[in-house]
Amino acid sequence: MKPPVFDYFSPASVEEALTLLGEHGEGAKLLAGGQSLMPALNFRLAAPAVLIDLNPIGALAGVHVASDGRLVAGAMTRHRWFETSALIQQRLPLVQHAMASVAHVAIRNRGTIGGSLCHADPAAEWPALCLACDAEMVLQSGTGLRYVKAGDFSRGLFTTALGGAEILVQVIFPAWPETRRWGFQELARRRGDFALVGVACLLDVDTGGTCTDVRIVVFGATDTPVLLREAASELTGRAPTDHHVCSAARCARGGIDCRSDHHASAEYRSELVQALTSRAIAQALARGNDVRDG
Amino acid sequence: MNPVTQEVGRARERREDERFLRGAGCFVDDFKLPGLCHAVVMRSAMAHGRIVSIDTAAALAVPGVFAVFTHADIAEWASAIPVRAGAVAGLDGYLQLPLARDTVRYVGEPLAVVLAEDQYAAEDGADLVYADIDQMDAVVTIADALRNDILVHADSGTNLAAHYVARRGDADSAFAQADYTRKETFHCHRHSSVPLETRGLVARWDTATGRLQVWGATKVPFYNRRLLAQMLGLDENAVDLIELDVGGSFGARGEFYPEDLLIPLVARLTGRAVKWIEDRRENLIAMNHSREMECELEIGARRDGTILGLRGKLFADMGAYARTTGGIVPAKAAMFLPGPYDIAHYSCEVNAVMTNKTPSGTFRGPGRYEANFFRERLIDMMAADLGLDPAAVRLANLIRPEQMPYQIGKLVPYEESAEYDGGDYPFVFRHALEKVDYAGLAGVRGKLIDGKWHGVGMACFVDSSGAGPAEYARLMVNAPTDIHLFTGASSAGQGHETAFAQILADEIGLPAPAIQVFHGSTTGVARGFGTYHGRGLVMGGSAVKRVGEAFVAQLLGEAARRSGLALADLAYRGGAVFNRHTRDTIVSVEQLCEEKRRGDAAARRLLQADAHFAQTVCTFEYGTQIAHVAIDAQTSTLEVIRLVTVEDCGNVINPLIVHGQVIGAAVQGLGGTLLEEFVYDDFGQMLCGSFADYLLPTSTDFPNVEAYSLNMAPSLLNPLGAKGVGEGGIEGVGGAIANAVADALQSFGVKVVSLPLSPNNISRLIRETRAPQAP
Repeated sequence: MKPPVFDYFSPASVEEALTLLGEHGEGAKLLAGGQSLMPALNFRLAAPAVLIDLNPIGALAGVHVASDGRLVAGAMTRHRWFETSALIQQRLPLVQHAMASVAHVAIRNRGTIGGSLCHADPAAEWPALCLACDAEMVLQSGTGLRYVKAGDFSRGLFTTALGGAEILVQVIFPAWPETRRWGFQELARRRGDFALVGVACLLDVDTGGTCTDVRIVVFGATDTPVLLREAASELTGRAPTDHHVCSAARCARGGIDCRSDHHASAEYRSELVQALTSRAIAQALARGNDVRDG
Repeated sequence: MNPVTQEVGRARERREDERFLRGAGCFVDDFKLPGLCHAVVMRSAMAHGRIVSIDTAAALAVPGVFAVFTHADIAEWASAIPVRAGAVAGLDGYLQLPLARDTVRYVGEPLAVVLAEDQYAAEDGADLVYADIDQMDAVVTIADALRNDILVHADSGTNLAAHYVARRGDADSAFAQADYTRKETFHCHRHSSVPLETRGLVARWDTATGRLQVWGATKVPFYNRRLLAQMLGLDENAVDLIELDVGGSFGARGEFYPEDLLIPLVARLTGRAVKWIEDRRENLIAMNHSREMECELEIGARRDGTILGLRGKLFADMGAYARTTGGIVPAKAAMFLPGPYDIAHYSCEVNAVMTNKTPSGTFRGPGRYEANFFRERLIDMMAADLGLDPAAVRLANLIRPEQMPYQIGKLVPYEESAEYDGGDYPFVFRHALEKVDYAGLAGVRGKLIDGKWHGVGMACFVDSSGAGPAEYARLMVNAPTDIHLFTGASSAGQGHETAFAQILADEIGLPAPAIQVFHGSTTGVARGFGTYHGRGLVMGGSAVKRVGEAFVAQLLGEAARRSGLALADLAYRGGAVFNRHTRDTIVSVEQLCEEKRRGDAAARRLLQADAHFAQTVCTFEYGTQIAHVAIDAQTSTLEVIRLVTVEDCGNVINPLIVHGQVIGAAVQGLGGTLLEEFVYDDFGQMLCGSFADYLLPTSTDFPNVEAYSLNMAPSLLNPLGAKGVGEGGIEGVGGAIANAVADALQSFGVKVVSLPLSPNNISRLIRETRAPQAP
């Protein structure tokens, strides 16, 4: 359980980190919270020649609200910060709530939003939350900034749109409308384990009870989180009844070809997709309109 | 003897806990020596293959690496590791060499030992040992093995390493009389001990004195010392095995593994102090697995549920080699298949089967957990078929007190005939029913309440403990407040320091805090054995009682000599002997200590005592576990609403320790039944290489476990009246949970015949019942 030899750099700025990344190329790995990379090193599943530690770069941590109401999160902001922040509770209550499902407190104290997004574990919460919230990734390279929507950032199992010479520096969350409600359901073998399946659901509901915009994201079931447009369409434009919720959940199950591993077969995951989608929608519908009071 | 305060029976907090809770314990990895170098065992990544060559040149070129050993380098000492216990005929042909010679037979089999100045360099070196291995197909399942197409040990000619029949009465005739019979095939999955502290050793060879010291011993240090000395060609007395704090054994830790030879051997060959500690992945593939077994079991009964006979076939997956615990697991499964019931006619074919997986050995309740699951599940199936209540069926068949002692016959080939020594089995069972309010739960069984199916299941067990080789104790009194007690019993964290001091304090009438307990090292007592099979307290504790008695007898004798009084006129109390009539003190511990300080040899002798306790007959504890579970109808997840375990453990020395042992055993049983599984793929790769995939129960998973310890029948086979308590709490958990799942899902007609009951497997059970029937 000791890592192989590597060189370690602790740049003070993103620019310096990019320079190092340019110098060392393929053999370099960026170190964020280290909650996946350090075990991989110790298991000798990864053997990068160079580690570039982003922790000293203060500018990468912290969250602020832009003038247009968008929430801009530094990539090195810790899970625990999102979990305990009044700002997040008010502006992105789905995210605040979901953080409790991210591993255990000790891990949340170190793990970062950016690290999780770039690692792209299929069972991780952050890629799904960003997809549900339609967040945008800000990628910086020597040539400037590039903006990639969450839906385009996930490319596959442990694979993202991040280029070899880029660093994910920020995640931008659009402001929530007043009418938005949320639901979040996740099933793991034990508390804190990787999700077998999880579902995040956002519903914009007008004063008449009609869903104007619906986003349902399933994660853990396939290699990347999936936005279920067809299931959402079962609810959009309707004041959903139990019948519509059931149809949406059935539709979610039908729309996903689940992966299989020794914790859960594809068939079992399919059952979970249906059950958890139904519960996430019901949870969203059951919430009071003014979710911002928590 | 008339102790001022009774210690035995009091719920004393464990004196060990403070250092553990403060992080001040000294486990193997905490133990340092000057000039320590580090060993890494390079292991096979392949489940089955022929070794062409092993190239160590690149490893030796790593800076810091100074030696690499393969089988060829150590062949002179590295003979096959023999079976210590459970000598079932046939297994001797399947022993393991410390380093593989020409064939690898499981993922994790040691191929080489790399020595370096630090752990980093040693791991770098191990990565560069290149083993050229011709891969062969792997035997992964019991069914694969029985086909004998591929042989795990080519020269043996078969994968069926051992086969015998255990029987009492005439099962076939009993079945001919039966109104009802049912036969089912059950499967128990591979899981094991998995202590939180991985194995490790530190070894030092002192060239000047010719002594070998090995730290990190546990379980059976005296046996392991003898074997190690033999293999190395040393005198037994030139080898010390020393026990440090131990973070759990549960049966698997402390057996003699390949590393138990390799690490001391390379220390001797290089003259360096060597440290080796497993990482978790290594631990999960190198330490004994257990529990994997199939059982075809048939029950024959009268229409009223009276069991007439039981017959079956057991197939135990032994993995790639017979380890030190030999055939204990299948043999004990066969011994305890009839359980605590009055079943006169029984037969069981026992088969030990080799596969290309990590070798199997004993784990808490070896063979019992499996057998109880098989039998208790079948009893519930019978009850359902006959329209009888599962509790009533059990009550009608449990051995009655007036049948005690109950002869179970000679069911184990390497043991004599045995008998259950005593107890009131129906009383303890009824007590469990009352504790769980079985009658009150009738309304929820099989019902869907708030989205969850509720079920209740029970399992009864009986288990042996104690016996085996004698255990030894030594007492040295330096002052009334400074008493050293040495025991040959080893501790893997059970609390010996607390319980043994309680026993001795009562014997010698001096306060328990004055007694320091030194355990598990070959340096403390001249002879000893170790801790397993619920014998730490039964055997070790009894030896402690004996040494206290011996000490008191010495002082009484001395007082008689000094006073000229008869023993009848003397009494011992609180560290002093006095004249019963005048109350004058004749001799005291304090006075003898003073005489000893002045150099009096007689006083020194009087302040020391040695004793041992021998008993070759087992005592039997017994009890019941009852579970109430709720299964989410949509997600198939299972919640343990309550698990109640009730056990007759004879006289209780420390109720707090007993309670902790039983709760711990029950939770470990729930982990094994619901979470833990070593999963292998078709190539013999083990897929659970970390705690992200091998799921141990955590503190939040099973909050509702209740343990009740009764004292219905103190053992007559040891002076403490004690029975083992380490294993009972785990033994019926698989059966109870499986029965509860079947009860909850009775409206689906699910057939529960396999463990674990993970949500994935429960969902499959439900799905299968919904599957369209073949036309």
